[in-house]
Amino acid sequence: MNAPVKPVQAPVVGVDVGGTFTDLFYLDAAGGHFRTAKVPSNRGDEAVGFLDGLKTFGPVAGLGSIVHGTTVGTNALLERKGARTALITTRGFRDVLEMRRRDRRHTWGLWGDFVPVIDRDLRFEVDERVLADGTLRTALEPGQVAAAARAALAAGAEALAIVFINAYANPANEQAAMEAARAVWPNDDIACSTQILPEIREFERTSTTALNAYLQPVVGGYLKKLDDALQGEGFTGRFHIVQSNGGVMSTATARRLPVRTALSGPAAGVIAAAAIARAAGYPNVITGDLGGTSFDVSLVVDGRTSLAAQTTIDFGLVIRTPMIEISTIGAGGGSIAHVDAGGLLQVGPESAGSRPGPVAYGQGNTRPTLTDANIVLGRINAERPIGGKLARLDVEAARAAIEEHVARPLGLGVMEAAEAIVRIADGKMAGAIRLVSIERGHDPSGFAAVPFGGGGALHAGALIKDVGLKCALVPRYPGVTSALGCVIADIRHDQVQTVNLTLDALDEAALDRRMVAEAAHARSVVEGAGLAVDRIDILFELDMHYVGQTHTVAVPLPVEIRDGTTGIDRATVSTAFDKAYREQFSRLLPGVPARIVNLRTAAIGRRPAFDLKALAPRGAGSLEAARTGSRPVWFAGGWHDTAIYARLDLPVGAVVHGPAILEQPDATTLVDPDLKASVDPLGNVIVERA
Amino acid sequence: MTSLDPVTLAVLKGRLEQIADEMDATLYRSAFNPIIAEARDACHGLYHPQTGATLVQGTTGLPIFVGAMAFAVKAVIDKVARDGGLEPGDTFLFNDPYDGGTHLNDFRLVRPIFRDGSLFCWLASVGHWLDIGGNVPGGFNARATESFQEGVRFPPVKLFRKGRMDQDIVDILAANSRVPVSNFGDMNGQLNALDLGERRLAQLLDEYGDETVRTAFDAFSDRAEAMMRAAIRALPDGTYSFEDFLDNDGITAEPLTIALDLTVSGDTMVLDFSRSSKPCAGPLNIAYSTAAACCYVALKHVFTEVPANAGCLRPITFVIPDTTLLGVKPPKPVGGYTETILRVIGVVFGALAKADPARATAAPFGTINALSLAGHRTDGSRWVMFSFFGGGLGGNPETDGLNHANNPISMATIPPAEILEAAYPVMFTQWALRPDSAGAGAHRGGFGAVYEIEALAAADVFLLGERGVFPPFGVSGGQPAALNRFTWQTADGEASPPLASKVTDVRIAPGQRVRLETPGGGGYGDPATREAARVARDVRQGLVSEKAARETYRVAVDATGRVDEPATRALRAATRGEAA
Repeated sequence: MNAPVKPVQAPVVGVDVGGTFTDLFYLDAAGGHFRTAKVPSNRGDEAVGFLDGLKTFGPVAGLGSIVHGTTVGTNALLERKGARTALITTRGFRDVLEMRRRDRRHTWGLWGDFVPVIDRDLRFEVDERVLADGTLRTALEPGQVAAAARAALAAGAEALAIVFINAYANPANEQAAMEAARAVWPNDDIACSTQILPEIREFERTSTTALNAYLQPVVGGYLKKLDDALQGEGFTGRFHIVQSNGGVMSTATARRLPVRTALSGPAAGVIAAAAIARAAGYPNVITGDLGGTSFDVSLVVDGRTSLAAQTTIDFGLVIRTPMIEISTIGAGGGSIAHVDAGGLLQVGPESAGSRPGPVAYGQGNTRPTLTDANIVLGRINAERPIGGKLARLDVEAARAAIEEHVARPLGLGVMEAAEAIVRIADGKMAGAIRLVSIERGHDPSGFAAVPFGGGGALHAGALIKDVGLKCALVPRYPGVTSALGCVIADIRHDQVQTVNLTLDALDEAALDRRMVAEAAHARSVVEGAGLAVDRIDILFELDMHYVGQTHTVAVPLPVEIRDGTTGIDRATVSTAFDKAYREQFSRLLPGVPARIVNLRTAAIGRRPAFDLKALAPRGAGSLEAARTGSRPVWFAGGWHDTAIYARLDLPVGAVVHGPAILEQPDATTLVDPDLKASVDPLGNVIVERA
Repeated sequence: MTSLDPVTLAVLKGRLEQIADEMDATLYRSAFNPIIAEARDACHGLYHPQTGATLVQGTTGLPIFVGAMAFAVKAVIDKVARDGGLEPGDTFLFNDPYDGGTHLNDFRLVRPIFRDGSLFCWLASVGHWLDIGGNVPGGFNARATESFQEGVRFPPVKLFRKGRMDQDIVDILAANSRVPVSNFGDMNGQLNALDLGERRLAQLLDEYGDETVRTAFDAFSDRAEAMMRAAIRALPDGTYSFEDFLDNDGITAEPLTIALDLTVSGDTMVLDFSRSSKPCAGPLNIAYSTAAACCYVALKHVFTEVPANAGCLRPITFVIPDTTLLGVKPPKPVGGYTETILRVIGVVFGALAKADPARATAAPFGTINALSLAGHRTDGSRWVMFSFFGGGLGGNPETDGLNHANNPISMATIPPAEILEAAYPVMFTQWALRPDSAGAGAHRGGFGAVYEIEALAAADVFLLGERGVFPPFGVSGGQPAALNRFTWQTADGEASPPLASKVTDVRIAPGQRVRLETPGGGGYGDPATREAARVARDVRQGLVSEKAARETYRVAVDATGRVDEPATRALRAATRGEAA
């Protein structure tokens, strides 16, 4: 075993580049202090905002490492701005990408079409075939691949994906094709499916490989630009990227596997929220990130985030790689409220986003949004908008829009209408939380909500009441949670390999050899990242089911590598499977043979623990000193004179009874009349029933 | 009755739909059979205590079941009215296709929900079970002439009495299936879903009060009715007739007519199918409730904004005589019902396209192509590869049709070729889009597919499909799509079925192949008005031939695959000249 990399004590900065703002978190672990920053993002040239933000902490050359959460990959997918990409595949299968899994966009309504990221005239077929059991039926002629690659180049392709049927069972033909293609391909933007995802299911594997190739030039170019800019500033430290699985990877790995950055920023937020809550004594939480167009929810049980095996970025754009499970509903600050043809009030899914944004922003939108309702209700301070881009908010315009589009059609007063908009939105957010908690068998009364982002803490009180959560925990710096996550995330590398073995016929020694080899490779990727870690953990998991089923259950294996072996045996696998299956379905099926479909291996480099006490309030403030005044705020049908506090000035142990509003530069926390808020020793605000 | 404020109403709507969605999700996860677990052939909802009408429907249920469920609950209500004895803890089970069912594989579980000793509403669950006896494994018997050859029929019977499961019923079920364990697993999954729905509903009722929720149910239905009436009112009054045809009934090579006279009058609509063919000898019949249910599916696809509850059917009158193949009585076989309902949905689209071209959707590919390859492995064990296949959707005013989609009656996905190859001794030699299969149009249809399968062991072949004689139609000047086509290799060449897309008693040897070529969707609008650049793109993509571009779309494409502008202008001018 290699010794863990020695901790580096130079300052580390987490940078989360979002659509509107770039958030930064600076940590000087040696000096025991931190700083935060929020600067406008520069869409299309994110490097500018990135560097501006870094410079707020002094010379960039003095930084030890930078960890980055990015949406460049996601945006390129959503806006279809990836590279011109070609595919080489098995004869007879060039349309897999376009045929998908024979699905359609909506249950009801048959309109809409689909254009894949690789055009059909850039999808080439070659003669080769492997059978499901790995038998090589038709060997590859490398000349055909070279010819196809030349044709792709002639047609303007910049990136190349190679996907052969059943390659997960025998990668020989794919490897030969890679070799042949590399000989003619002018750059490194080339990948084969067994390097990206050696897992059964040709559509998911093709889609993931194709999207990876499609992103390689975009993400690679972006990272190179950042690298160059950092070098220009004399930066000599390490530069890393957060992946969708909540772990950190090197930029070299990110260039090779850009598809793993799809949920980079949101994943960092969940990691940080989970860590903050765990340190505060709340291992079971539901994180909620309220953005401009959506509300993202994620479940953390016993301090652990849940991983999903795949996600759909947009209809037909499937990425299969482990990623933090984040459920999204179309309810954000920019969600538009309207009354439908049946006379029912709806909020979203249509959204004004962050541009033009809410009516009160005065940027051209005239239809009322959730944020407008919060402004009219007095819950958002119109004089001090978050982020500091606008001088003040236009309350009257927001009020007029609610009057016209909601109050009048429903026969309500404008305040009642604004409150109704918030209630409907609260109901949708509560529904999203129920889906990830109650529906999965978790009792919500044992969970805390952790709202982050700018707007989540406005709705936390309503959510704990609606869903029956224990409390809400508002992190000390909710607006920079994702940036904090970049700093504290572990280094992680996930691998999957389809094995397709029945448990009865299991060759224990062969499985052991496979696990050891997979572990060695995953460990080398983590070590190659070069960031300080305390130790490297290897986790093994099997995807298993009863023969005949199609869905699998994830079966964690309670083994580790000692003296070059995992010591895995049939009994261990069998016991682990029964346990996992019973947890999910309650009823075992004795007598029906079980099968191991995939082996999943994760190497996790544990970063030195970051003591969150560093974030806690210092000095002796007082409740009185933190109080900045009061203003009327509308709750439950009437105006209430509501105390306003500067949240960051509240001392540890302070208790504020609702109605109250806690303000800070990047977020607003609302304390309903029947709730109270207290400041815990780490500076978090705990909102609970009074 | 008090009226509810619109805010509470909206919140309750979300909460109630979520209960139905959670029931769906519970069954998908715990089902044993892939037709539920993977293809999601299931549905759950809340139903009116006296009429069985749909009160609340989830957002994930199988469309055709959504439409049919109200009839299923009504069948139980009629049974209770006849026999009495309804008590808390009862759960009914049945699959009777003539009384609220669809075909014999679809099992309904229906449970009364009592509050303070009186019936508050019903919860129901339906799922497609793998096998319930009959001549053909899996039930799709293209040669059936009586229901008895398709499987075992259960009228509504009590599976649970006062909370206790009746083992006699379970034993009878087990004795009548080729796969009793799978069915038992699915039944338990459906019971899990009902249990969960019952718990969730009780929580909600405790929180909001029974009366509030009851009032909300009425308001949802009233609102759906109002939206449906508004949608109908927007259509010009008149009678719109449309006809389409089934290839044959699987017994004799004679077409069957599905004829609709759709009359709009103010804010009401009559769907009259009286001119349709009489009941047929083979399995292409359906019962009244199935016919009404698929009309509901068609209307929901066109009027997507109308909520899914029974209120939207109030302004609609169905005329479906039992003298037609759409309203048959037992024991007429109904196992091929999927094909017939697809045709019914198509004629509703066709008639509505005449009433309102802005809402028009050309015909989807319109056949499920239930294909089985079956045989024995070298170790003697039996294998059956059974799947449905995809095709193109119809062009519409907004977009081209979707390529390789599922049918309007379902959201089922297709298993990957690699999963099928890993499970069965088959090798796919082609899995591709089918060029020139889409109906031409200003917005063309989506393309169908070609699936070519080589048997690695001897295999018996069964197919129940359609559209081999009558192609998916276009609308508003759009053209029909290609026909469904099925062939298999023989010792001396290639063969195709005498009854177009229906095959039984065919056996292929190792190394021989079967080939299924599915239709695309019909086209929307005159193809000669399609943007020339898009035609050229289709040609470059290899999906439309140069010949079709020139002759059908009147677009000339040059050697580089770009539009030849002068030649295209000449071609299109000539078309306009002909038209004049």
